[in-house]
Amino acid sequence: MKKNGSLYTLLKGLLLENPVFVLVLGTCPTLAMTKDLISALGMGLAATAVLICSNIVISILGKFIPDSVRIPCYIVVIAGFVTLVQMLIHAYVPDVYEMLGVFLPLITVNCIILGRAEMFAAKNNVGKSALDGLGMGLGFTLALLSIAIIREPFGAGTFAGMDIPFLKDHTIAFLAQAPGGFLVYGIMIAVVYKLTHGKAPYKKEFSCDNCPSAALCNKSACKAKEEN
Amino acid sequence: MDTFKSLIVILLSSVFVNNYVLTRFLGICPFLGVSKKLNSATGMGIAVTFVMVLATAVTWPIQNYILGEEYSYLQTIVFILVIASLVQFIEMALKKFIPSLHKALGVYLPLITTNCAVLGVTLNNLTETSITTGANFTYIESLVNSLGVGLGFLLAMVLFSGMRQKIQESEIPESFKGLPATLIAASFISLAFFGFGGIVENIFK
Repeated sequence: MKKNGSLYTLLKGLLLENPVFVLVLGTCPTLAMTKDLISALGMGLAATAVLICSNIVISILGKFIPDSVRIPCYIVVIAGFVTLVQMLIHAYVPDVYEMLGVFLPLITVNCIILGRAEMFAAKNNVGKSALDGLGMGLGFTLALLSIAIIREPFGAGTFAGMDIPFLKDHTIAFLAQAPGGFLVYGIMIAVVYKLTHGKAPYKKEFSCDNCPSAALCNKSACKAKEEN
Repeated sequence: MDTFKSLIVILLSSVFVNNYVLTRFLGICPFLGVSKKLNSATGMGIAVTFVMVLATAVTWPIQNYILGEEYSYLQTIVFILVIASLVQFIEMALKKFIPSLHKALGVYLPLITTNCAVLGVTLNNLTETSITTGANFTYIESLVNSLGVGLGFLLAMVLFSGMRQKIQESEIPESFKGLPATLIAASFISLAFFGFGGIVENIFK
């Protein structure tokens, strides 16, 4: 597969540059919204919609926005689309709106979206940015679903809300609660590392390389961290 | 006396029971990223607490006196802009007036702009209800809640930085080295915080 072809741009988000397991961005919704499959799917699709729209707009505006104020501009664009998605979900699927709760407006500060705007959309053309947004969004959705598919059946004994006969009576309650989120996520990262061994730009530690805020602080926090 | 009691309940429950990092999953990025060393964990925790209280002090009146019901759909955009400019302003003010504090906290401030715990606490303060009165948070209650959430964040950071130093000295399978081991450690500490559930409400009965 060509490294800069459009197929690669679309597919890299699924595994090789998966935003959740490889780039380790957007950890908060990943942990909070994987208790059940429905909210994982809702969160993933809402973030995908925002990501595609913001990538398109930012790649168009990229040339006109002065460099020094680009991050606030990106945040306003993203917050606008989040509000739009929020109103649509509230109007058409109120159940999902209740489930996502505060994490729906918090898509605004999801590092995946700001990160892709900064790393990809600002430097590439509209078509490629839209593909990148779609691929990354699907990668995010799949990652959420793959964690939820472990947590929901074993933690609550249900599959997308439907009871599973045997597991319903033998639940591992802690998987459905906060500690289980950390545990399953940690194990999944280890599994993806094993699967993509040597191929993925895997992050061994939480570093500044993919942090969208790095542009704001000129990596000063990380430098201070290393010096200490 | 009753108001004072309810404030204490709010403070303690936001520090221990509803710890934002460990039970609600807000602000995970700084929790994983800046908790390697005790100094930086403490600095980040204090900076977050500071910004949370100030952000709530500004956003609560904005929502209740300016936006109201009618324009509440502007909440997300207005809040993120207010928080971003507030953080910039605090950084400039600290640099000018209290350089020693700026030296200690300055590096963490820009990172806080896109921290979901700060936006999260300002949004939650508007919808959450007090356990004792059952009504939405008043201005004072919101401020106390933000303080508690910030202190809870600080506590989680400090505890976790101690745990991470232990991890660095231990032998871990190749695939689990680094982030996976860190997350599993976070799982244990979150399990420990589960023990606080239900305690606070019953202490003051």
